[in-house]
Amino acid sequence: MKYSATLRVNGFSYPVTIEPQRTLLSVLRDDLELTGSKEGCDDSECGACMVLLDGEPVNSCSYLALQTLGREITTVEGLSTNGDLSPLQKAFLEAGGVQCGFCTPGMLISATALLARNPRPDDEEIKASLSGNLCRCTGYTPILAAVRSAVEMTAG
Amino acid sequence: MSALASGSTAMGQATAAGPSYTAPTTVDDVIAAMATGSRVVAGGTDLVVGSRQGRWPVPEHLVAIHRVNSLRGIRPVVDGGLWLGATATHGEIAEDATIRERYTALADASSIVGSRATRNVGTLGGNIANASPAAETSGPLMCFGATCMLESRNGRRELPLDELFSGPGRTVAAMDELLVSVSLPAQPAGTGSCYARLEYRRQMEIAVVGATAVVTLDGGQITAARVAITSLAPTVRRVPEAEAALIGSTGDRAAAERAGEAAAAASLPIDDVRAAADYRRAMAAVITRRVVQAAVDRARGETVSIPASASLHGAL
Ligand SMILES: Cc1cc2nc3c(=O)[nH]c(=O)nc-3n(C[C@H](O)[C@H](O)[C@H](O)COP(=O)(O)OP(=O)(O)OC[C@H]3O[C@@H](n4cnc5c(N)ncnc54)[C@H](O)[C@@H]3O)c2cc1C
Ligand code: FES
Ligand code: FES
Repeated sequence: MKYSATLRVNGFSYPVTIEPQRTLLSVLRDDLELTGSKEGCDDSECGACMVLLDGEPVNSCSYLALQTLGREITTVEGLSTNGDLSPLQKAFLEAGGVQCGFCTPGMLISATALLARNPRPDDEEIKASLSGNLCRCTGYTPILAAVRSAVEMTAG
Repeated sequence: MSALASGSTAMGQATAAGPSYTAPTTVDDVIAAMATGSRVVAGGTDLVVGSRQGRWPVPEHLVAIHRVNSLRGIRPVVDGGLWLGATATHGEIAEDATIRERYTALADASSIVGSRATRNVGTLGGNIANASPAAETSGPLMCFGATCMLESRNGRRELPLDELFSGPGRTVAAMDELLVSVSLPAQPAGTGSCYARLEYRRQMEIAVVGATAVVTLDGGQITAARVAITSLAPTVRRVPEAEAALIGSTGDRAAAERAGEAAAAASLPIDDVRAAADYRRAMAAVITRRVVQAAVDRARGETVSIPASASLHGAL
């Protein structure tokens, strides 16, 4: 049996009709065509699928879409404002924190949540909060530098 | 019924015809759904993840419990103990001031589960009900003397946590019993505790070997001790021989070593991709000794930072 429901994503309402076993990631990508969130491992290990649920990071590949009803979802598409990248997104580009880009949406989601709760994290806090996000390209150093430089830009 | 859900089927009714989903707001409605065969989903970090890994399909009939207010939260109770709702998340437990101060080993445990995303939705009830021999919170809960409240249509029953587990992935709870809450009794003055695991990396890890110690010091002597081992037997379990080795001692290194040897002797480790059984048994002695010493330090009022796993690393 399918269920009709309305998901709230990046401030918009999306009506969907889905089976209860569907994960949030599959609904975001296949039904809403919001393909910014990636499927890396599909079993909660890599963080490429991360989105914010009421402001906190969640691996959408293993979270049931129907469990998000009445809650606000933010995907990487929701981090820019009218096409303007957030300071964090700009910092990732400038510091070389993006190579193939596959991990980038999840990295940005984790780092956005970190900066929202702690505008001045130290290196240990940055590393701990990105520990659920795997990157096969950058060696992490430029990603750490990007978050650090976003901290400097926004926290002064 | 969510205001945002549209149509009569939005929050669902089980139909014989196919999959079903319901997300009630009361325990009564949850246990009614369980009585007709629906499976509980809380954070889904075991249930849904296991299906993505191909270990089992997502159950056809689901009852989500994240909207039930009475299953949430962490509250002190009148006798000085603590009540934890089944859907308290690892993130909430790791940050709770009372737990960090008085039930420190539980904060050590919850703060190293998965990543921030895992801790944000992963619940205490799910960690217990999943009954993994590697479950991080079970050792600390057992050593603090936790009891769990189970409820089904047939009523409620309260069970000591160390009677709940019956094997890897198995508990004595019936399929239609909901884990409602966990209660921790007050701990005597002079109590310190620690949980740590042998890990190959700091986060996104499963305990290769884990150990918990809860000790009470009175006049420089250990008057009460509880020790449990994790990832070393078919279930997380207490080790009475290790506890006996500590009682009456000052909690010095020699006593901690005897407790470690007792824990190793009580282990029934397995060989798997993460470690050989012999290595696990050898490390049972080391990790147990370290958590005993850290628990004693904490009982004396010294600071061992949370999570202990990170700070005890390399502390041979
Ligand atoms: C990347 C990753 C890393 C992890 N790391 C760790 C780790 O380091 N240590 C660790 O211990 N665990 C770890 N886990 C496992 C998991 O996150 C925890 O066990 C978590 O606490 C499960 O809670 P949940 O709410 O997500 O459970 P769910 O997946 O929702 O449920 C798990 C099981 O319990 C049942 N259940 C849930 N709640 C109840 C209830 N109230 N009453 C009766 N039955 C119930 C469900 O039906 C299901 O069978 C990890 C998981 C992932 C994906
Ligand atoms: S795709 Fe979700 S964590 Fe890897
Ligand atoms: S940039 Fe390629 S995985 Fe991170």
